[in-house]
Amino acid sequence: MTNMAEDLKATHVRDAAPLPNGAPTAEDRRRTDRKRSPREQKKRTANIVIYGVLVVLVVALMVPFIWMLSSSLKENNQVLTVPIQWIPQEFVWSNYTDIWTRIPMMGYLQNSLYLAVIITCLQVLTGSLAAYGFSKVRFPGRDVLFLAYVGTIAVPWQAYMVPQYIMMQNLGLTNSFNALILLQAFGAFGVFLMRQYYMTIPDELCEAARIDGLSEYGIWARVILPLSKPALASLALLTFVNTWNDYMGPFIYLTSNRLWTVQLGLRSFVGQFDAEYAMIMTGSVISVIPILIIFLIGQRYFIQGIATSGMKG
Amino acid sequence: MTTETITQAPAPVHSRGNRKQARRNTLIGWTFILPNFLGFLAFTLIPVVAAFALSFMEWTSFSAPKWVGLANFERMFASDSFWIALRNTVVYALGHVPLTMALALILAMLLNRKLKGIGFFRVAIFFPYITSLVAVAVVWNMLFSPDSGPINQFLGAIGIANPPGWTSSSDWAMPAVIITSVWRDMGYYMVLYLAGLQAIPTELYEAAEVDGASAWQRFWNVTIPSLRPTTFFVVVMLTVSSFKVFDLIVVMTNGGPGRSTTVLSQLIYQEGIGEGKFGYSSAISLVLFIIVLTVTVLQFKIQQRRER
Repeated sequence: MTNMAEDLKATHVRDAAPLPNGAPTAEDRRRTDRKRSPREQKKRTANIVIYGVLVVLVVALMVPFIWMLSSSLKENNQVLTVPIQWIPQEFVWSNYTDIWTRIPMMGYLQNSLYLAVIITCLQVLTGSLAAYGFSKVRFPGRDVLFLAYVGTIAVPWQAYMVPQYIMMQNLGLTNSFNALILLQAFGAFGVFLMRQYYMTIPDELCEAARIDGLSEYGIWARVILPLSKPALASLALLTFVNTWNDYMGPFIYLTSNRLWTVQLGLRSFVGQFDAEYAMIMTGSVISVIPILIIFLIGQRYFIQGIATSGMKG
Repeated sequence: MTTETITQAPAPVHSRGNRKQARRNTLIGWTFILPNFLGFLAFTLIPVVAAFALSFMEWTSFSAPKWVGLANFERMFASDSFWIALRNTVVYALGHVPLTMALALILAMLLNRKLKGIGFFRVAIFFPYITSLVAVAVVWNMLFSPDSGPINQFLGAIGIANPPGWTSSSDWAMPAVIITSVWRDMGYYMVLYLAGLQAIPTELYEAAEVDGASAWQRFWNVTIPSLRPTTFFVVVMLTVSSFKVFDLIVVMTNGGPGRSTTVLSQLIYQEGIGEGKFGYSSAISLVLFIIVLTVTVLQFKIQQRRER
């Protein structure tokens, strides 16, 4: 499971290389045949069918988003109509200006952003440091310790949330951001993901740097970090999105309204005004937009991160 | 997961400065690990160990901890909330695991080709997985609304006279939750399957084609066996995540109507954090952990036997 990213790379290489026995590949055949053979004609038709299927499929899967966006621009009584109106009769843009005064949305966004940024920075920093220790420095007990890390990834978080809670209560940290930061910033997942990546960096590079007189910290900062930008990006994006979307952590630890994150604020809005369909959808759209932006910027790192680690965290 | 963990050779032995070098390495290694390890030790490792110990203790927010042996477990096995939650969790897993797996594989096979713009389709299908859960739950709750929700309107349009009440009916709330979670998760597993599919050597398919295998035969005799490691991983991850299901249920149905969608992790939350029964809730945690562990080990054994 460890090396899916490598497998991916390897396949691409394999695809590009000529077959060992020198037989023409499909690519070559296409180039040599000027005329379209019936076989290729068939392939073209097949492609068109596949495009058709994919478009229908993606539209069907996107219906919840389409519906969310369309409802967010309606009056409440226009949301659940028979038949469905996919395009609002008139666009109620005021939903997007009113929501900021109906609930302290700006505060929620700030809280979410604060938590997500702090946790992401700490996770990336400590995760990549620890991963270097686990992959490039040899010392007794290292592998046992790493197994303990990996072992806890397999334990469902729900199984130890109660002891965590008791601990935070005793430290007087419930109802504060610090509880969430402490609980989420030192996850084993980040270490695991970064280590997987560092294992693919040849040890010879570190050896060479050692001979050149760099200290281990120097190697980490000046050789490994620059080489692991894609993995750092993967980890940062996955952690940010996870923290932004987290519901249970804030739900358990943040009781006062002024500390609430977007997710908690949205949920409580739904609980209080369950007939304000349009405004609820407006809030949902606003809570998703930051994720959408981040995802569009870094989607390739999300996919790589998942293919490398096989899990999200 | 980490079969290659321990394969690295020990540090080469050269000279007398060796022991000093080893000590230095240990020190350096630990300074790298320490910042993360302190947090990990305090907030993950210790709580994990504590959860085990607590399950044999009577401890509430009003009393001091006291060793009670198996009393928590006896109480748990006699309580019908536990059995209902266990049953619901299993039902959820039985729906969520096969459906997500099948759809993820179908999507991956559809999307595993070199076409212009294929990346867009992949990204679009993956997106629900990273959308905030509250937004997802809220939207689907409205889509499922019994009278004039889009889903029941659609069912009505295709001639189903008595469409289900979904989240307001105790029989249909669980299917509604399962549909939502399958929709949300399948893009993620599709990515895993895509990686698996891309690792299958094209020569295998070419050879099968030369041998005159039909598309269906190629699927059963090349694709499925080659994907076995991926499938193993997908099943384990899916099962584990099914038994952990929590926030989706809390936001979508909060366990209701009645107790029809209450799951194990919710019970742990209610008993442990809600009512402060630390010991009792830890006993439920232990059961949850044992189930997850058993499923993982079982899958692992099956996988090993197949490989032989």
